Amino acid sequence: MASVRGARPDAIGGVVPAEVVEPATADEVAEVLRSTRGSVVPVGAGTKTGWAAPPSACDVLLRTTGLDRIVEHEPGDLVAVAEAGVTLDAFQRRLAEHGQMLALDPPEEGATLGGIVGANASGPRRLRYGTVRDLLIGVTVVLADGTTARSGGKVVKNVAGYDLGKLYTGAHGGLGVVVSTSWRLHPLPKAAGAVVLPVGDAEAAGRLAAAVARSTLTPTAVELSFVAGGRGELVVLFESIEASVRAQSATALALLGGGEERAEVPDWFGRRPEGPLVVRLAYAPAALPDVLAALPDGASGTASACTGVAYAALPGEADLDALRAAITPYDGSAVVLAARGPLDAAAHWGPVADSFGLMTRVKDQFDPARRLSPGRLLGGL
Amino acid sequence: MSQHLAEVAGTAPGAAAPRALRLAERLRARIGADRVLTDPAQLRTYECDGLATFRVRPAVVVLAGHRDDVVETVRMCARDGVPFVARGSGTGLSGGAMPVADGVLIVLSRLRSIVSVDPDNARVVAEPGVVNLWVTREAALYGQAYAPDPSSQQVCSIGGNVAENAGGAHCLKYGFTVNHVMGAEVVLSDGEVVHLGGTAPEHPGLDLLGAFVGSEGTLGVATQVTLRTIQAPESVRTMLVGFHEVADAAGTVSDVIAAGILPAAIEMMDALAIEAAEAAVQCGYPHGAVAVLVIELDGPRAEVDEQFRLVEEIAGARNAFETRIARDDAERALMWRGRKSAFAAVGRISPAYYVQDGVIPRTRLPEVLAEIGRLADEAGVRVANVFHAGDGNLHPLILFDDKVPGAAPAAEELGFAILDLCVDLGGSITGEHGVGVEKKSKMARQFTDADLDTMQLVRCAFDPAGIANPGKLFPTPRLCGERPGVRTADDRRDPSLGEVF
Repeated sequence: MASVRGARPDAIGGVVPAEVVEPATADEVAEVLRSTRGSVVPVGAGTKTGWAAPPSACDVLLRTTGLDRIVEHEPGDLVAVAEAGVTLDAFQRRLAEHGQMLALDPPEEGATLGGIVGANASGPRRLRYGTVRDLLIGVTVVLADGTTARSGGKVVKNVAGYDLGKLYTGAHGGLGVVVSTSWRLHPLPKAAGAVVLPVGDAEAAGRLAAAVARSTLTPTAVELSFVAGGRGELVVLFESIEASVRAQSATALALLGGGEERAEVPDWFGRRPEGPLVVRLAYAPAALPDVLAALPDGASGTASACTGVAYAALPGEADLDALRAAITPYDGSAVVLAARGPLDAAAHWGPVADSFGLMTRVKDQFDPARRLSPGRLLGGL
Repeated sequence: MSQHLAEVAGTAPGAAAPRALRLAERLRARIGADRVLTDPAQLRTYECDGLATFRVRPAVVVLAGHRDDVVETVRMCARDGVPFVARGSGTGLSGGAMPVADGVLIVLSRLRSIVSVDPDNARVVAEPGVVNLWVTREAALYGQAYAPDPSSQQVCSIGGNVAENAGGAHCLKYGFTVNHVMGAEVVLSDGEVVHLGGTAPEHPGLDLLGAFVGSEGTLGVATQVTLRTIQAPESVRTMLVGFHEVADAAGTVSDVIAAGILPAAIEMMDALAIEAAEAAVQCGYPHGAVAVLVIELDGPRAEVDEQFRLVEEIAGARNAFETRIARDDAERALMWRGRKSAFAAVGRISPAYYVQDGVIPRTRLPEVLAEIGRLADEAGVRVANVFHAGDGNLHPLILFDDKVPGAAPAAEELGFAILDLCVDLGGSITGEHGVGVEKKSKMARQFTDADLDTMQLVRCAFDPAGIANPGKLFPTPRLCGERPGVRTADDRRDPSLGEVF
């Protein structure tokens, strides 16, 4: 049976759970959900609990860290299956023994695969490899009523049935508890090199990022570190075979009109900014300079410059509504990842889209009693 | 007689579909008499999609000329409880666009505008009737490309690609359609219009778009789609390699992947498929080859050149007897022509054929091909194999003579045995053609009742009345409101299929 701990300071979004459980198997997760009537908030290692709105209730905090087995790795198929509580680090170590990797690089140390799926966490290499939704090929979940269900499988190409892995990605445990994951893998690159150059302002950042995006270069990441106004540093990371890294770096230096080649990326690369208020911005990729210009004074952060995603630390008193309004023309959104005090769902996520009624119906189907991660999702679902 | 390859005849309009016909009158008034067909002779054109062994004549066909025609039609269907099916170019191979006898078929092929091309954001917004290849042509003007390229790309529509999550040869490196669909305007089954995703790469809230893509028309109708384009690579190199043994070709595929090389495509054809392609398009494949691979690498020149040499070495070590390297686009096109025409070409060497679509872990390729050969011999049926070897997506083409009694059901039986084999090896019953009406019974082979019930939760959220493309995808249609795990003893008979003889 799941090991049960008494209440301890496991507060999630300021809400202290009545009970903390750490099941070790999928069956135990199902048993927890069947035997509990109240609210259940699933988490992995708890590295991203600020990424969703605070729960409206938390009778049971369900940690999936005990589900820590790598179930299957078939190197020739470039596919692996692992339980939700396996940490990304442990997973990568095992895959690296066969020259392979899961091409996800969110920086949160100790993060579990289940938590990465639930929070839809990604890092700079999303430019080349995509995100969780692109690499997750199968998932097993336990639903609110204790039903265990699987979607997808362990082959890369598979269109049988609805792809529920997409739905669980970024659902913060609101549609079920992810207990196992199957992934598409990639070969570890044989060589790496970066081109690093200073950037004067937001306009230059946009111009340089666009130049790379519209070229035939294939960087794995184009990262910008910025302070308010867009001044900062741009890193173009190449990972391939040695000859290609060298050739592409040379082309990039010419294309960007400056910069220097480095064997290593700078320290800030791939880290999330820290501050009183941290947001994830998403927008039409070419709107990078407009989005940087819309940030309030005192903002700083990093942008995956060619993808349309940025992470910014804002002053605590920043006007989120004004920021959201300013980036709306670029299909923009700003989601809070960390705040000093608890924020309600509307302030956390921003306005809802016209599909919100549909989202509500999906939530109602999967979790009719609203027991799972209540209030944590968009619109307070 | 087997139900699956049997002709499914529609019931006579007027007798079975008075509601739909009354609805047709109102639709004529709203969207124009010339766009609403009820004449049985005209309806015949729309009886089936690319899987012609399943035929149902719809009660009404609506030729949508505008997004609002779709909204209006769906709204009226919802009000009257009339089922509807959306259809693009009709190239689907699993009966996903097969009509419903007492329902409305919404034809989207006239919604063929490319709404916008935005190279700076790498996005193309297209209506559902736009042909796949047009998107790439449009993007090519800006040095970009649309990666998903089903073999039917010259004909198939974007809407159909999205509905079936239909991929093609380049999925191996670039992922399949769902990885390239960023947004969709969707008419839900009650006529409400919602926008899923958009231009930005992420949106707050549940990823409903991810569930919608590949839902085979059961969650609503896309009336506009935002696609992601990619920069065309600096260098593309293609080789055609001939082998005397199928196992050597399959081994080459595994060795290439194991060497850490991710080609843009690795396609394989066996002797019978080669024979068919030669008969049809004279593509000049290596003489005497029992298997050929078409291997394409793309990317930065330095990377492609080095890896291309490595692939040649690997193939050589696996006893390739002939390697041809395309020197220009024309030669490259010819190599692909044989592969892309293979399905149609099989028609030259057999009176009829049946295409299956299953997936296996690619390391099991040699054993699966041997087993397919054994099953075919046992059944006395010829099977041509042409497939996406790099991602284990098989397309056995099962040849039969439709004039021989019992040949069609035997072909179908063999196809289904191959699907069972795929599932047993940890694979899937479809890699790109979809489940449709053809393989819905096989869903229960791949998934448990709990898995299927969970998928139904999504269906019930999107389409509680069950009028969006009913009778497809799920083995046993259920009423929304039933709770998972509580199956009725007598699952609702599916009224949509018409009479089976």
